[in-house]
Amino acid sequence: MEENNTLVKVRNLKFARGGRMIFDGVNLDIQRGKVTVIMGPSGTGKTTLLRLIGRQIKPMEGTIEVDGEEVTTLRHRQLYELRKRMGMLFQNGALLTDLSVFDNIAYPLREHTNLSEELIRTLVIMKLQAVGLRGARDLMPAELSGGMSRRVALARAIALDPMMIMYDEPFTGQDPISMGVLVRLIRNLNDALGLTSVVVSHDIEEASSIADYIYLLSGGKVVAGGTVDDLANSDSEWAQQFMKGKPDGPVPFHFQAQPYVSDLKIG
Amino acid sequence: MINQIQSLGRSALDFFERLGRGHILLLDLLKGIPSVVVRPVLIIQQLYSVGVLSLIIIVVSGFFVGMVMGLQGYNTLVDFGAEESLGVMVALSLVRELGPVVTALLFAGRAGSALTAEIGLMKATEQLSAMEMMAVDPIRRVLAPRFLAGFISMPLLAAMFSAVGVLGGFFVGVGLLGVDDGAYWSQMQASVDVYDDIYNGVIKSLVFGLVVTWIAVFEGYDAIPTSEGVSRATTRTVVHSSLAVLGLDFILTALMFG
Repeated sequence: MEENNTLVKVRNLKFARGGRMIFDGVNLDIQRGKVTVIMGPSGTGKTTLLRLIGRQIKPMEGTIEVDGEEVTTLRHRQLYELRKRMGMLFQNGALLTDLSVFDNIAYPLREHTNLSEELIRTLVIMKLQAVGLRGARDLMPAELSGGMSRRVALARAIALDPMMIMYDEPFTGQDPISMGVLVRLIRNLNDALGLTSVVVSHDIEEASSIADYIYLLSGGKVVAGGTVDDLANSDSEWAQQFMKGKPDGPVPFHFQAQPYVSDLKIG
Repeated sequence: MINQIQSLGRSALDFFERLGRGHILLLDLLKGIPSVVVRPVLIIQQLYSVGVLSLIIIVVSGFFVGMVMGLQGYNTLVDFGAEESLGVMVALSLVRELGPVVTALLFAGRAGSALTAEIGLMKATEQLSAMEMMAVDPIRRVLAPRFLAGFISMPLLAAMFSAVGVLGGFFVGVGLLGVDDGAYWSQMQASVDVYDDIYNGVIKSLVFGLVVTWIAVFEGYDAIPTSEGVSRATTRTVVHSSLAVLGLDFILTALMFG
């Protein structure tokens, strides 16, 4: 693994919330130009990991390096400079509800550049064309379906031509068609724009179909990492349970409780 | 017993933690003001939604309060044969007290609650997070313009309230009850002092504007990002800012006129 080819380097990351350890020494590398998928059961803090990389929250311990910069110690101004080079797609799109689709995509351009309105229009239309929603530019966010919102948010995330995009559960709650559209978009945009993509998901099939590399998270640690084939053939019981969706295994079916028989006798 | 003491301690800690967060936000808001001033369009939009849209309720209330003052004042003053002083009474009550206070209470209900709900919902729908990730600081882009607009609007709205109130008093006192027209205005002109009365009233409404908008913006930004959390935050805005206005009014009055 070449050092300079790593865009995001997470080392010994520790984070707790409400007295519960969410990450307990996570190490992972995200390669430039690749689609890296981070999978794990609900509640393992996958979204939290993205927020930590974008420094919306700070870790208790450990380092997170993005493009050679240590995000945990960046000053406000430097952090905001770095964020201009990062895009993030939120689970529900998080479009600004008082602006039209067009203005939503123009928003980062208007905030961060001095481009003329004419040029902004051209750029916005190009981004909308990339996600197939050029015809929806005058709609308001409330008029869009869930899948369309995510595509608009994706167009907004690539508006400033970032070096990386983080996707937070992009496939959750999508019908098969919009799921297919999103899967294709993530892969195509990554390759066409030379991006680095980090996808957080628990939809094994869709995520596997576009992943160059997969990390499996559980219990606050990376339990397995590798290509799709590596994981499918892995000896790890955990990887087997997750990849095949078995109800019981290292992740027990039953939530922690006292023994069943003694519980019944109490009543 | 121990549990009760514990929970008392916990709620005290929560209170001071919130108070601290509120003050940190106030500092951030003040730091954000220069970046807002260079983009006046942001303030103008907010002046419209915070100030202009509150105008109707302020004007109508002002008129009614003035009319009631005219009626009540006349009935009291006429016993002493001093109904000619009605103009002074109406104007001083409005400019010193009712203008700033009632405007602030109405403003908290009309604009403060709307600010909290808007910001709270933006937080709940991750719009504020999305802005942060687009390298746009929501405190500077969303909160500071609203804060500044509230601070500017309040004295203007209070002035409108008082002006319309004086007209309401005139309408009832002079128009309906037959107080002398000239006496109403000339006594008012002679007795209302620019420094003692009007400036002090303006200072009051500036303080109320700052406090009400600060509370509203903070409650929205600090809301628990669920529908219940936003609704609680909205209620808190109205309750806390009304209490703050009434408490501060006493302190300010004591300092100014005491």
